[in-house]
Amino acid sequence: MTFAPSHFAAVLLFALFASVVFGITQRSTPKAMVKYGLYCFAMFVVAVIGSGWLMWLVRR
Amino acid sequence: MAANVHIPVKGGVKPASRSSSLGYAALALGWLVPGVGHVLAKRPVRGLLLFLSIASMFVLGVAMQGKLYSPNVGEILNILGFIGDLGAGLFYVVAHALDFGHNPVQVASADYGTKFAVVAGLLNYIAAIDAHNIAIGRKP
Repeated sequence: MTFAPSHFAAVLLFALFASVVFGITQRSTPKAMVKYGLYCFAMFVVAVIGSGWLMWLVRR
Repeated sequence: MAANVHIPVKGGVKPASRSSSLGYAALALGWLVPGVGHVLAKRPVRGLLLFLSIASMFVLGVAMQGKLYSPNVGEILNILGFIGDLGAGLFYVVAHALDFGHNPVQVASADYGTKFAVVAGLLNYIAAIDAHNIAIGRKP
């Protein structure tokens, strides 16, 4: 049983699972949980893409 | 007279209304099996979502051939890795017993897998504490 996702797929999976847990545990109402979960997911993905571009600039 | 004064609690939840034994049971069972603490605290949907997220993360980490840390008293990072892995409860115990995660693999996805397993355990600590807070009435 092996699983070898691409770097970006691994990031998306990580962001998805972590965001679900953060949303449920850090907020009290279902609506706030969904909002916070989506916010966390977006921040994970934006941070990764931003870091990727930063590393691209550093390499130049 | 002052003893009869009723102070309403925010959210309508009385902190002292639930037994502390339920709280500790939710904490312990929530650590052993992700999400069970929430089911015990009568939040089954939250429990199911937490189980799916944490279990998937740990299983995918092992499937990526990530390393599972063993009990050790060596380097601090190895000790912290073990504490993180241990958070996955029975998942870690079963994976360790089945000898998963003990053959070092030098590929990027294996390194990701190591992090997936550790973070799944850390997220489960948060989930178990959340279940405890719900069970004792600190969180609605």
